[in-house]
Amino acid sequence: MKLAMGELSEKFEKQTGNKVNATFGSSGNFFSQMQNGAPFDLFFSADIEYPRKLQAAGLAEPGTLYEYAIGRIVIWTPADAKVDVAKQGWKTLLDASIEKIAIANPEHAPYGRAAVAALQKAGIYEAVKAKLVYGENISQAAQFVQSGNAQAGIVAMSLAVSPAMRHGKRWEIPAQMHSPIEQGAIVLKDAKNKDAALAFLEFVKSADGRTTLMKYGFEFPERTKKEEKR
Amino acid sequence: MEALWLSMKLAGCVAAILLVIGMPVAYWLAYSNWRLKFLLESVVALPLVLPPTVLGFYALVAMGPRGPLGKLWFALFGHGLAFTFGGLILASVLYSFPFAVQPLIASFEGVDRRLLDASAVLGAGGARTFWRVILPLSLPGVVTAAVLSFAHTLGEFGVVLMVGGNLAGVTRTVSIDIYDHVQSLEYGEANRMALVLLAISFAVLSVVYAVNRRVWTPWTAK
Repeated sequence: MKLAMGELSEKFEKQTGNKVNATFGSSGNFFSQMQNGAPFDLFFSADIEYPRKLQAAGLAEPGTLYEYAIGRIVIWTPADAKVDVAKQGWKTLLDASIEKIAIANPEHAPYGRAAVAALQKAGIYEAVKAKLVYGENISQAAQFVQSGNAQAGIVAMSLAVSPAMRHGKRWEIPAQMHSPIEQGAIVLKDAKNKDAALAFLEFVKSADGRTTLMKYGFEFPERTKKEEKR
Repeated sequence: MEALWLSMKLAGCVAAILLVIGMPVAYWLAYSNWRLKFLLESVVALPLVLPPTVLGFYALVAMGPRGPLGKLWFALFGHGLAFTFGGLILASVLYSFPFAVQPLIASFEGVDRRLLDASAVLGAGGARTFWRVILPLSLPGVVTAAVLSFAHTLGEFGVVLMVGGNLAGVTRTVSIDIYDHVQSLEYGEANRMALVLLAISFAVLSVVYAVNRRVWTPWTAK
Protein backbone atom coordinates (compact mmCIF):
# COMPACT_ATOMS: atom_id res chain seq x y z
CA MET A 1 0.00 0.00 0.00
CA LYS A 2 2.94 2.26 0.67
CA LEU A 3 3.86 2.60 -3.00
CA ALA A 4 0.28 3.03 -4.16
CA MET A 5 -0.37 5.60 -1.43
CA GLY A 6 2.69 7.55 -2.52
CA GLU A 7 1.36 7.91 -6.05
CA LEU A 8 -2.22 8.59 -4.92
CA SER A 9 -1.00 11.37 -2.63
CA GLU A 10 1.15 12.89 -5.32
CA LYS A 11 -1.71 13.05 -7.81
CA PHE A 12 -4.13 14.39 -5.21
CA GLU A 13 -1.66 17.07 -4.18
CA LYS A 14 -1.26 18.16 -7.79
CA GLN A 15 -5.03 18.32 -8.31
CA THR A 16 -6.07 20.08 -5.14
CA GLY A 17 -2.99 21.58 -3.53
CA ASN A 18 -3.75 19.75 -0.32
CA LYS A 19 -0.74 18.04 1.17
CA VAL A 20 -1.11 14.40 2.26
CA ASN A 21 0.91 13.27 5.26
CA ALA A 22 0.85 9.49 5.36
CA THR A 23 1.93 7.30 8.26
CA PHE A 24 2.44 3.60 7.56
CA GLY A 25 2.13 0.80 10.04
CA SER A 26 0.02 -2.09 11.14
CA SER A 27 -3.74 -1.68 11.28
CA GLY A 28 -3.89 -3.12 14.79
CA ASN A 29 -1.38 -0.58 16.11
CA PHE A 30 -3.20 2.32 14.51
CA PHE A 31 -6.51 1.07 15.82
CA SER A 32 -5.12 1.04 19.38
CA GLN A 33 -3.63 4.49 18.87
CA MET A 34 -6.82 5.98 17.47
CA GLN A 35 -8.80 4.56 20.34
CA ASN A 36 -6.43 6.55 22.51
CA GLY A 37 -6.84 9.78 20.60
CA ALA A 38 -4.21 9.65 17.86
CA PRO A 39 -4.71 12.73 15.64
CA PHE A 40 -5.38 11.07 12.27
CA ASP A 41 -7.89 12.35 9.70
CA LEU A 42 -8.27 9.33 7.50
CA PHE A 43 -7.55 5.65 8.06
CA PHE A 44 -6.79 3.11 5.32
CA SER A 45 -6.67 -0.46 6.55
CA ALA A 46 -5.79 -3.70 4.78
CA ASP A 47 -8.53 -5.23 6.92
CA ILE A 48 -11.90 -3.52 6.73
CA GLU A 49 -12.72 -4.94 10.17
CA TYR A 50 -10.66 -2.22 11.88
CA PRO A 51 -12.51 0.72 10.29
CA ARG A 52 -15.74 -1.13 11.07
CA LYS A 53 -14.70 -1.36 14.70
CA LEU A 54 -13.84 2.35 14.74
CA GLN A 55 -17.32 3.04 13.41
CA ALA A 56 -18.87 0.82 16.05
CA ALA A 57 -16.87 2.63 18.74
CA GLY A 58 -18.30 5.95 17.52
CA LEU A 59 -14.86 7.26 16.56
CA ALA A 60 -15.58 7.61 12.85
CA GLU A 61 -17.50 10.09 10.75
CA PRO A 62 -20.80 8.36 9.93
CA GLY A 63 -21.28 7.23 6.34
CA THR A 64 -17.64 7.44 5.31
CA LEU A 65 -16.70 3.75 5.49
CA TYR A 66 -15.53 2.75 2.01
CA GLU A 67 -14.12 -0.48 0.67
CA TYR A 68 -11.34 0.88 -1.50
CA ALA A 69 -9.80 -2.32 -2.76
CA ILE A 70 -9.55 -6.08 -2.63
CA GLY A 71 -6.12 -7.49 -1.96
CA ARG A 72 -4.75 -10.44 -3.89
CA ILE A 73 -2.09 -12.87 -2.77
CA VAL A 74 0.61 -14.65 -4.76
CA ILE A 75 3.19 -17.33 -4.13
CA TRP A 76 6.54 -15.67 -4.67
CA THR A 77 10.04 -17.11 -5.03
CA PRO A 78 13.34 -15.53 -6.02
CA ALA A 79 14.16 -15.76 -9.72
CA ASP A 80 16.87 -18.37 -9.07
CA ALA A 81 14.55 -20.79 -7.23
CA LYS A 82 14.89 -24.46 -8.20
CA VAL A 83 11.14 -24.83 -8.77
CA ASP A 84 9.22 -22.71 -11.23
CA VAL A 85 6.27 -21.40 -9.27
CA ALA A 86 4.59 -19.99 -12.37
CA LYS A 87 4.29 -23.56 -13.72
CA GLN A 88 4.04 -25.61 -10.55
CA GLY A 89 1.59 -23.47 -8.57
CA TRP A 90 0.77 -25.05 -5.21
CA LYS A 91 3.18 -27.95 -5.80
CA THR A 92 6.05 -25.50 -5.40
CA LEU A 93 5.46 -25.34 -1.68
CA LEU A 94 5.69 -29.14 -1.33
CA ASP A 95 9.05 -29.27 -3.11
CA ALA A 96 12.00 -30.40 -0.98
CA SER A 97 14.04 -27.34 -1.97
CA ILE A 98 11.49 -25.15 -0.18
CA GLU A 99 12.42 -25.41 3.49
CA LYS A 100 10.71 -22.33 4.84
CA ILE A 101 7.63 -20.51 3.61
CA ALA A 102 7.03 -16.98 4.86
CA ILE A 103 3.50 -15.72 5.40
CA ALA A 104 2.07 -12.85 7.43
CA ASN A 105 0.88 -13.72 10.92
CA PRO A 106 -2.61 -15.20 10.40
CA GLU A 107 -3.65 -14.21 13.90
CA HIS A 108 -3.92 -10.55 13.05
CA ALA A 109 -2.78 -9.87 9.48
CA PRO A 110 -5.49 -10.23 6.82
CA TYR A 111 -2.98 -11.41 4.18
CA GLY A 112 -1.78 -14.10 6.58
CA ARG A 113 -5.33 -15.21 7.26
CA ALA A 114 -6.01 -15.45 3.52
CA ALA A 115 -2.78 -17.41 2.99
CA VAL A 116 -3.74 -20.01 5.60
CA ALA A 117 -7.30 -20.24 4.24
CA ALA A 118 -5.97 -20.79 0.72
CA LEU A 119 -3.48 -23.42 1.88
CA GLN A 120 -6.31 -25.23 3.64
CA LYS A 121 -8.54 -25.03 0.60
CA ALA A 122 -5.72 -26.38 -1.55
CA GLY A 123 -5.45 -29.27 0.90
CA ILE A 124 -1.76 -28.77 1.67
CA TYR A 125 -1.89 -26.81 4.93
CA GLU A 126 -1.00 -29.80 7.11
CA ALA A 127 1.78 -30.80 4.73
CA VAL A 128 3.48 -27.39 4.77
CA LYS A 129 2.59 -26.24 8.29
CA ALA A 130 6.03 -27.11 9.66
CA LYS A 131 7.65 -24.98 6.96
CA LEU A 132 5.73 -21.80 7.79
CA VAL A 133 7.41 -18.81 9.39
CA TYR A 134 5.44 -15.74 10.31
CA GLY A 135 6.16 -12.12 9.48
CA GLU A 136 4.69 -9.47 11.73
CA ASN A 137 2.99 -8.12 8.62
CA ILE A 138 3.00 -8.92 4.93
CA SER A 139 6.01 -6.70 4.19
CA GLN A 140 8.09 -8.57 6.74
CA ALA A 141 7.03 -11.89 5.26
CA ALA A 142 8.23 -10.56 1.92
CA GLN A 143 11.51 -9.51 3.51
CA PHE A 144 12.05 -13.06 4.81
CA VAL A 145 11.86 -14.50 1.27
CA GLN A 146 13.68 -11.66 -0.40
CA SER A 147 16.65 -12.04 1.95
CA GLY A 148 16.73 -15.75 1.11
CA ASN A 149 16.04 -16.90 4.65
CA ALA A 150 12.76 -18.40 3.46
CA GLN A 151 12.69 -19.99 0.01
CA ALA A 152 9.10 -19.09 -0.81
CA GLY A 153 6.46 -16.77 0.50
CA ILE A 154 2.79 -15.96 0.17
CA VAL A 155 2.78 -12.21 -0.22
CA ALA A 156 0.49 -9.44 -1.38
CA MET A 157 0.27 -8.90 -5.13
CA SER A 158 0.96 -5.23 -4.43
CA LEU A 159 4.38 -6.21 -3.05
CA ALA A 160 5.13 -8.74 -5.77
CA VAL A 161 4.79 -6.05 -8.44
CA SER A 162 6.97 -3.57 -6.54
CA PRO A 163 10.41 -2.71 -7.98
CA ALA A 164 12.18 -4.78 -5.32
CA MET A 165 10.28 -7.99 -6.06
CA ARG A 166 9.20 -7.58 -9.66
CA HIS A 167 12.05 -9.78 -10.90
CA GLY A 168 11.11 -12.82 -8.84
CA LYS A 169 8.76 -15.56 -9.96
CA ARG A 170 5.16 -15.50 -8.88
CA TRP A 171 1.91 -17.37 -9.16
CA GLU A 172 -1.41 -15.72 -8.47
CA ILE A 173 -3.51 -17.62 -5.98
CA PRO A 174 -7.05 -17.78 -7.43
CA ALA A 175 -9.37 -15.33 -5.70
CA GLN A 176 -11.92 -17.99 -4.80
CA MET A 177 -9.36 -19.87 -2.66
CA HIS A 178 -9.93 -17.54 0.28
CA SER A 179 -12.50 -15.02 1.42
CA PRO A 180 -11.72 -11.64 -0.15
CA ILE A 181 -9.15 -9.45 1.58
CA GLU A 182 -11.40 -6.45 1.94
CA GLN A 183 -9.55 -3.20 2.53
CA GLY A 184 -11.41 -0.31 4.02
CA ALA A 185 -10.98 3.40 4.62
CA ILE A 186 -12.85 5.69 6.99
CA VAL A 187 -12.73 9.35 8.01
CA LEU A 188 -12.26 9.99 11.70
CA LYS A 189 -14.80 11.93 13.66
CA ASP A 190 -12.17 14.15 15.26
CA ALA A 191 -10.39 14.79 11.95
CA LYS A 192 -8.80 18.24 11.97
CA ASN A 193 -8.91 18.49 8.19
CA LYS A 194 -12.19 16.77 7.58
CA ASP A 195 -12.95 18.42 4.22
CA ALA A 196 -9.55 17.54 2.80
CA ALA A 197 -9.87 14.00 4.16
CA LEU A 198 -13.26 13.59 2.48
CA ALA A 199 -11.84 15.02 -0.75
CA PHE A 200 -8.96 12.55 -0.66
CA LEU A 201 -11.36 9.67 -0.12
CA GLU A 202 -13.39 10.89 -3.13
CA PHE A 203 -10.19 10.97 -5.15
CA VAL A 204 -9.43 7.36 -4.20
CA LYS A 205 -12.94 6.44 -5.37
CA SER A 206 -12.48 8.26 -8.72
CA ALA A 207 -11.44 6.57 -11.95
CA ASP A 208 -8.00 8.13 -11.59
CA GLY A 209 -7.62 6.77 -8.06
CA ARG A 210 -8.77 3.31 -9.04
CA THR A 211 -6.43 3.14 -12.03
CA THR A 212 -3.56 3.95 -9.70
CA LEU A 213 -4.58 1.25 -7.21
CA MET A 214 -4.94 -1.25 -10.03
CA LYS A 215 -1.45 -0.45 -11.23
CA TYR A 216 -0.16 -1.57 -7.83
CA GLY A 217 -1.93 -4.92 -7.93
CA PHE A 218 -5.16 -4.08 -6.13
CA GLU A 219 -8.55 -5.14 -7.39
CA PHE A 220 -12.06 -3.92 -6.72
CA PRO A 221 -15.09 -5.50 -5.14
CA GLU A 222 -17.21 -5.62 -8.33
CA ARG A 223 -14.58 -7.21 -10.52
CA THR A 224 -13.76 -9.94 -8.07
CA LYS A 225 -17.42 -10.74 -7.59
CA LYS A 226 -17.86 -11.06 -11.36
CA GLU A 227 -14.94 -13.43 -11.46
CA GLU A 228 -16.55 -15.60 -8.83
CA LYS A 229 -19.77 -15.83 -10.81
CA ARG A 230 -17.99 -16.96 -13.93
CA MET B 1 3.51 -18.98 29.52
CA GLU B 2 5.37 -20.95 26.87
CA ALA B 3 6.62 -17.64 25.51
CA LEU B 4 7.78 -16.47 28.94
CA TRP B 5 9.67 -19.71 29.52
CA LEU B 6 11.27 -19.39 26.08
CA SER B 7 12.39 -15.84 26.86
CA MET B 8 13.88 -16.95 30.19
CA LYS B 9 15.74 -19.78 28.46
CA LEU B 10 17.02 -17.41 25.78
CA ALA B 11 18.08 -14.80 28.33
CA GLY B 12 19.81 -17.44 30.46
CA CYS B 13 21.77 -18.86 27.53
CA VAL B 14 22.74 -15.39 26.32
CA ALA B 15 23.87 -14.26 29.79
CA ALA B 16 26.02 -17.39 30.21
CA ILE B 17 27.59 -17.05 26.76
CA LEU B 18 28.22 -13.35 27.28
CA LEU B 19 30.05 -13.97 30.56
CA VAL B 20 32.37 -16.44 28.85
CA ILE B 21 33.03 -14.23 25.81
CA GLY B 22 32.77 -10.96 27.68
CA MET B 23 35.47 -11.64 30.28
CA PRO B 24 38.48 -11.96 27.97
CA VAL B 25 37.25 -9.03 25.85
CA ALA B 26 36.72 -6.88 28.95
CA TYR B 27 40.07 -7.95 30.41
CA TRP B 28 41.85 -6.95 27.26
CA LEU B 29 39.98 -3.65 26.97
CA ALA B 30 40.65 -2.85 30.62
CA TYR B 31 44.39 -3.56 30.63
CA SER B 32 45.66 -3.16 27.09
CA ASN B 33 47.77 -0.13 26.29
CA TRP B 34 47.08 -0.25 22.58
CA ARG B 35 46.65 3.25 21.28
CA LEU B 36 43.73 2.41 18.95
CA LYS B 37 41.82 0.65 21.71
CA PHE B 38 39.10 3.28 21.55
CA LEU B 39 38.06 1.94 18.14
CA LEU B 40 37.29 -1.45 19.62
CA GLU B 41 35.52 0.15 22.55
CA SER B 42 33.29 1.95 20.07
CA VAL B 43 32.48 -1.29 18.30
CA VAL B 44 31.55 -2.91 21.60
CA ALA B 45 29.23 0.00 22.44
CA LEU B 46 27.56 0.06 19.00
CA PRO B 47 24.53 -2.08 19.92
CA LEU B 48 23.68 0.52 22.59
CA VAL B 49 23.00 3.17 20.00
CA LEU B 50 22.00 1.21 16.89
CA PRO B 51 18.27 0.73 16.53
CA PRO B 52 17.29 -2.95 16.86
CA THR B 53 15.85 -2.73 13.35
CA VAL B 54 19.33 -2.02 11.96
CA LEU B 55 20.89 -4.81 13.99
CA GLY B 56 18.06 -7.17 13.13
CA PHE B 57 18.21 -6.28 9.46
CA TYR B 58 21.95 -6.92 9.28
CA ALA B 59 21.52 -10.14 11.22
CA LEU B 60 18.79 -11.30 8.83
CA VAL B 61 20.92 -10.55 5.77
CA ALA B 62 24.04 -12.09 7.33
CA MET B 63 22.11 -15.23 8.23
CA GLY B 64 20.66 -15.56 4.73
CA PRO B 65 22.10 -18.00 2.19
CA ARG B 66 24.09 -15.20 0.57
CA GLY B 67 25.41 -13.90 3.90
CA PRO B 68 28.73 -15.02 5.38
CA LEU B 69 27.15 -16.39 8.55
CA GLY B 70 24.41 -18.21 6.69
CA LYS B 71 26.92 -19.85 4.37
CA LEU B 72 29.09 -21.01 7.25
CA TRP B 73 26.15 -22.28 9.29
CA PHE B 74 24.70 -24.13 6.33
CA ALA B 75 28.03 -25.80 5.63
CA LEU B 76 28.28 -26.91 9.27
CA PHE B 77 24.71 -27.91 10.08
CA GLY B 78 22.88 -28.18 6.77
CA HIS B 79 20.15 -25.70 7.62
CA GLY B 80 19.69 -21.96 7.87
CA LEU B 81 20.16 -19.89 11.00
CA ALA B 82 17.16 -17.56 10.79
CA PHE B 83 13.93 -18.73 12.47
CA THR B 84 15.85 -21.00 14.87
CA PHE B 85 16.59 -20.73 18.58
CA GLY B 86 20.29 -20.77 17.74
CA GLY B 87 19.80 -17.79 15.46
CA LEU B 88 18.02 -15.91 18.22
CA ILE B 89 20.87 -16.64 20.64
CA LEU B 90 23.40 -15.34 18.17
CA ALA B 91 21.44 -12.16 17.45
CA SER B 92 20.82 -11.59 21.16
CA VAL B 93 24.49 -12.05 22.05
CA LEU B 94 25.29 -9.24 19.64
CA TYR B 95 22.42 -7.14 20.92
CA SER B 96 23.30 -7.50 24.61
CA PHE B 97 27.09 -7.49 24.19
CA PRO B 98 27.77 -4.03 25.70
CA PHE B 99 25.51 -4.80 28.64
CA ALA B 100 27.88 -7.57 29.66
CA VAL B 101 31.22 -6.10 28.62
CA GLN B 102 30.89 -2.56 29.94
CA PRO B 103 30.22 -3.43 33.61
CA LEU B 104 33.08 -5.94 33.42
CA ILE B 105 35.50 -3.33 32.05
CA ALA B 106 34.44 -0.86 34.72
CA SER B 107 35.00 -3.30 37.56
CA PHE B 108 38.30 -4.66 36.17
CA GLU B 109 39.57 -1.11 35.85
CA GLY B 110 38.44 -0.41 39.39
CA VAL B 111 40.78 -2.99 40.86
CA ASP B 112 43.68 -1.29 42.67
CA ARG B 113 46.77 -1.53 40.42
CA ARG B 114 49.03 -1.93 43.47
CA LEU B 115 47.32 -5.24 44.26
CA LEU B 116 48.11 -6.43 40.74
CA ASP B 117 51.74 -5.34 41.16
CA ALA B 118 51.91 -7.09 44.51
CA SER B 119 50.51 -10.24 42.98
CA ALA B 120 53.11 -10.08 40.21
CA VAL B 121 55.94 -9.43 42.65
CA LEU B 122 54.85 -12.45 44.67
CA GLY B 123 55.31 -14.52 41.52
CA ALA B 124 51.74 -15.02 40.30
CA GLY B 125 51.25 -15.12 36.53
CA GLY B 126 48.57 -13.26 34.60
CA ALA B 127 46.01 -16.07 34.82
CA ARG B 128 46.56 -16.65 38.53
CA THR B 129 46.28 -12.93 39.23
CA PHE B 130 43.05 -12.82 37.26
CA TRP B 131 41.39 -15.71 39.10
CA ARG B 132 42.75 -14.92 42.57
CA VAL B 133 42.79 -11.12 42.63
CA ILE B 134 40.88 -9.43 39.81
CA LEU B 135 37.85 -11.69 39.62
CA PRO B 136 37.03 -11.82 43.36
CA LEU B 137 37.33 -8.04 43.56
CA SER B 138 35.14 -7.63 40.48
CA LEU B 139 32.30 -9.86 41.60
CA PRO B 140 29.70 -7.07 41.76
CA GLY B 141 30.63 -6.19 38.17
CA VAL B 142 30.28 -9.81 37.12
CA VAL B 143 26.86 -10.06 38.74
CA THR B 144 25.83 -6.79 37.10
CA ALA B 145 27.02 -8.00 33.71
CA ALA B 146 25.14 -11.29 34.00
CA VAL B 147 21.95 -9.75 35.31
CA LEU B 148 21.90 -6.84 32.86
CA SER B 149 22.49 -9.02 29.83
CA PHE B 150 19.80 -11.38 31.11
CA ALA B 151 17.31 -8.53 31.63
CA HIS B 152 18.17 -6.80 28.38
CA THR B 153 17.66 -10.02 26.41
CA LEU B 154 14.40 -10.67 28.24
CA GLY B 155 13.11 -7.31 27.05
CA GLU B 156 14.41 -7.68 23.51
CA PHE B 157 11.85 -7.08 20.78
CA GLY B 158 13.05 -5.58 17.52
CA VAL B 159 15.87 -7.98 16.75
CA VAL B 160 13.74 -11.04 17.56
CA LEU B 161 10.98 -9.65 15.37
CA MET B 162 13.40 -9.23 12.48
CA VAL B 163 15.02 -12.69 12.55
CA GLY B 164 12.62 -14.87 14.54
CA GLY B 165 9.67 -15.68 12.31
CA ASN B 166 7.33 -15.97 15.30
CA LEU B 167 7.39 -19.75 15.79
CA ALA B 168 5.64 -20.94 18.94
CA GLY B 169 8.10 -22.54 21.34
CA VAL B 170 11.09 -21.73 19.12
CA THR B 171 11.25 -18.00 18.47
CA ARG B 172 8.03 -16.52 19.89
CA THR B 173 9.44 -14.73 22.91
CA VAL B 174 7.32 -13.00 25.52
CA SER B 175 7.71 -9.54 24.00
CA ILE B 176 6.55 -10.84 20.60
CA ASP B 177 3.67 -12.63 22.28
CA ILE B 178 2.56 -9.43 23.99
CA TYR B 179 2.82 -7.55 20.71
CA ASP B 180 0.67 -10.19 18.99
CA HIS B 181 -1.98 -9.88 21.67
CA VAL B 182 -2.08 -6.10 21.24
CA GLN B 183 -2.31 -6.56 17.47
CA SER B 184 -5.25 -8.91 17.90
CA LEU B 185 -6.85 -6.38 20.26
CA GLU B 186 -6.64 -8.91 23.12
CA TYR B 187 -5.73 -6.23 25.61
CA GLY B 188 -6.55 -8.31 28.70
CA GLU B 189 -4.13 -11.06 27.77
CA ALA B 190 -1.48 -8.52 26.73
CA ASN B 191 -1.88 -6.77 30.05
CA ARG B 192 -1.46 -9.96 32.04
CA MET B 193 1.77 -10.94 30.27
CA ALA B 194 3.08 -7.38 30.39
CA LEU B 195 2.57 -7.25 34.15
CA VAL B 196 4.46 -10.49 34.66
CA LEU B 197 7.34 -9.17 32.54
CA LEU B 198 7.30 -5.89 34.46
CA ALA B 199 7.51 -7.72 37.78
CA ILE B 200 10.38 -9.93 36.64
CA SER B 201 12.29 -7.00 35.18
CA PHE B 202 11.87 -5.02 38.38
CA ALA B 203 13.06 -7.93 40.50
CA VAL B 204 16.07 -8.50 38.29
CA LEU B 205 17.10 -4.83 38.27
CA SER B 206 16.67 -4.67 42.04
CA VAL B 207 19.31 -7.38 42.29
CA VAL B 208 21.74 -5.26 40.24
CA TYR B 209 21.24 -2.18 42.35
CA ALA B 210 21.30 -4.11 45.61
CA VAL B 211 24.60 -5.73 44.64
CA ASN B 212 26.11 -2.41 43.66
CA ARG B 213 24.94 -0.75 46.85
CA ARG B 214 26.35 -3.72 48.70
CA VAL B 215 23.13 -4.37 50.54
CA TRP B 216 24.41 -7.87 51.07
CA THR B 217 28.18 -8.01 51.28
CA PRO B 218 29.52 -11.51 51.26
CA TRP B 219 32.75 -10.11 49.82
CA THR B 220 33.89 -7.29 52.12
CA ALA B 221 36.90 -6.41 50.05
CA LYS B 222 37.63 -2.88 51.10
